[in-house]
Amino acid sequence: MSATSTIPVRVSEIEPVAESIKRVRLERPDGRPLPPFSPGAHVVVSMNDGGRIRRNPYSLMSEPDDRGYYAISVLRAEKSRGGSAFIHDVLKAGDELTISHPVNLFPADKRGRKHILIAGGIGITPFIAMMAGFARDNVPFELHYAMRSRAHGAYWRDLVASYGAHRIKPYFSAEYQVLPVATLLENQPLGTHVYVCGPDRLTDCVLDAARNTGWPAANVHTERFLAPAGGKPFDVELIRSGITVHVGEHESILEAVEAAGIDAPCLCRGGACGQCETSVIACDGQLLHHDVYLSDDEKAGGRKIMICVSRFEGTRLSLDL
Amino acid sequence: MAIMFRQETFRDDFTYRNSPANIHRFPFPFDRDEYAYSVNIEPHVPGRKGTIYESLIDVDEHYVAEMADRALVLKEDPLRYQALPHMMQAQWDVLELLMEQQAAGYPEHFSLTRNGDRWRWINRPLGIDDTFTFGARETLPYEPLEYIGRQTQGDLCIVDQRDNNLWMDAGLVTTQADWSLDFDVGMNFMEWHGPVPLAHGMGIFDRALKFLLNLQLGQPVRRFNWTMTVNPRLDTSPENYHKWGRDRTTVTPVNVGRKVHLRVELQTLWRLPRSNAMLFVIRCYLMSMEELVTVPKWARRFHRVLKTLPQELVDYKGMTRYRDTTVEWLSRHDDGAPTSPGIWPD
Ligand code: HEM
Ligand code: FES
Repeated sequence: MSATSTIPVRVSEIEPVAESIKRVRLERPDGRPLPPFSPGAHVVVSMNDGGRIRRNPYSLMSEPDDRGYYAISVLRAEKSRGGSAFIHDVLKAGDELTISHPVNLFPADKRGRKHILIAGGIGITPFIAMMAGFARDNVPFELHYAMRSRAHGAYWRDLVASYGAHRIKPYFSAEYQVLPVATLLENQPLGTHVYVCGPDRLTDCVLDAARNTGWPAANVHTERFLAPAGGKPFDVELIRSGITVHVGEHESILEAVEAAGIDAPCLCRGGACGQCETSVIACDGQLLHHDVYLSDDEKAGGRKIMICVSRFEGTRLSLDL
Repeated sequence: MAIMFRQETFRDDFTYRNSPANIHRFPFPFDRDEYAYSVNIEPHVPGRKGTIYESLIDVDEHYVAEMADRALVLKEDPLRYQALPHMMQAQWDVLELLMEQQAAGYPEHFSLTRNGDRWRWINRPLGIDDTFTFGARETLPYEPLEYIGRQTQGDLCIVDQRDNNLWMDAGLVTTQADWSLDFDVGMNFMEWHGPVPLAHGMGIFDRALKFLLNLQLGQPVRRFNWTMTVNPRLDTSPENYHKWGRDRTTVTPVNVGRKVHLRVELQTLWRLPRSNAMLFVIRCYLMSMEELVTVPKWARRFHRVLKTLPQELVDYKGMTRYRDTTVEWLSRHDDGAPTSPGIWPD
């Protein structure tokens, strides 16, 4: 979905917390409170990297009830030239950024009787806010946290100190310790939920083990981020209006058409209502349908596009507008 | 400007009326001369002054009387308020949202002062001045949803989001068009929409659900629904069907104008911050046919909508007994002239 409303923030603190991991604290420049958020939520951070806008999602790891600031942790991605390198190498206290409102695609199930959290490396971040929530509500939980080494792992000492060794179990691969996924998932009481966040290998391993031990799918949760709005820029020829508009990386066709002063019908702006359906007159390339309105056949047919959410990759697109 | 709250009733002697100014801000829901179900969802953004969109939670001249009617319904039937235990945090989210919105929209009537977790809420029309601790149930006379629901026009449902579905896990429902919270509580989106004709086959609920699962904080959406009610009765619940069902047989060519009401629901949907649940507000507006025909465009258009409405919808909306009499009466106010686009009066 495009057009997420944004919040301006200022970096009030940025500090290394482990090998290749920095913690960033964000506050509103006007001092007003930030929205409260639910544990497991993330924000999309927009950074202006020398004129290029980079957008990356990061889980919120501050206290969900503290509206004074948000905190995120950023791992420098190997070989990154993108957002994480910018945060590690360029970003400093006092810099301004914009963030989306919090979005939660990894919420804890409120009816869960017990929660098992499985983290690998930087995948710890969403669990920090989740554990704060469980502790506040007095709900049983365990964290199993795999890291490369004591130096590479972030926050594990603090977590053991806050929640106790009976609830927080670190595993260091440098010391040949293995997170025992299969045994963990066996024999859990009814109403237990498991959450995994980390490298794909770990996620797949948890999903397999859960399937093999007969866990209901609804009790197994993996982290998801909002699909980044936008994509590659392209041009669209509007046949009836007789002009060509440029659709930027972070805008929809609808927004580009509106910016050109052309009134296109629309309602939901989220690919559901059908109002913005537009006929495709010529298409040299591929339509990227992101709506839930057109049927699969219509999408495959390539004669219609919902311009509030869908995009195009290729050399030429002409629309009946 | 301060609202002049009317003294009126929604039962027994039915003294409910709209002032001429209120008729003009009525949310007439038809933007064309015929009606079909659709995914009619749009961003809920503030609109022009003097319309119901001026504030995102609308308060109007019926506020005080509606709150009195709600209190009567709750007294007779406490099950109109229900909340499953895991919805407590969402209840606080809703209390905050409705206090903030009403205080922002109507500072002369409502005010909210926060000092950390100590909040003071003043509701002047209802004579309430309460100080409580946000998050502490025992500091309020009711659970948070019931507390703020007794001070907000419109029914409130809180739906939880799990397993790619929405679940009706809490609500305060006293002004409903013939559905029951007690029956629907704990159901999911497809289950509670089960009785609706035609729309399932049209894929409307599939699309609407996918859209809603993506609803974002800070970007509420709205849609209209509508039906008709004989007498300006807010509580047309299945629980009280014995009280209002027979009203439908009392419509005559002489009393249509006064008795038959267009009932419009402005439904707004809000993602809630702490709980990630969703608030669904169903705000009901009633206008008699006599009031409606004071706006010529609406008279023409509603006549045409009602005349061409598919029989399945006529039956589902419970208008079978009096639709024809109403169409006949409205036809006298339709000269056949074309109607302008959009919902607002000319
Ligand atoms: C979480 C949000 C929603 C809730 C709690 C809700 C609840 C309900 C309920 C309780 C009914 C009455 C069903 C009955 O006859 O028992 C209803 C009817 C209906 N709903 Fe929803 N609904 C929601 C969202 C939507 C959305 C987004 C749409 C969009 C298309 C929609 C479309 C309809 C329609 C078309 C009807 C039939 C109304 C009529 O013709 O009078 N609903 N809804
Ligand atoms: S505006 Fe609703 S589908 Fe595009």
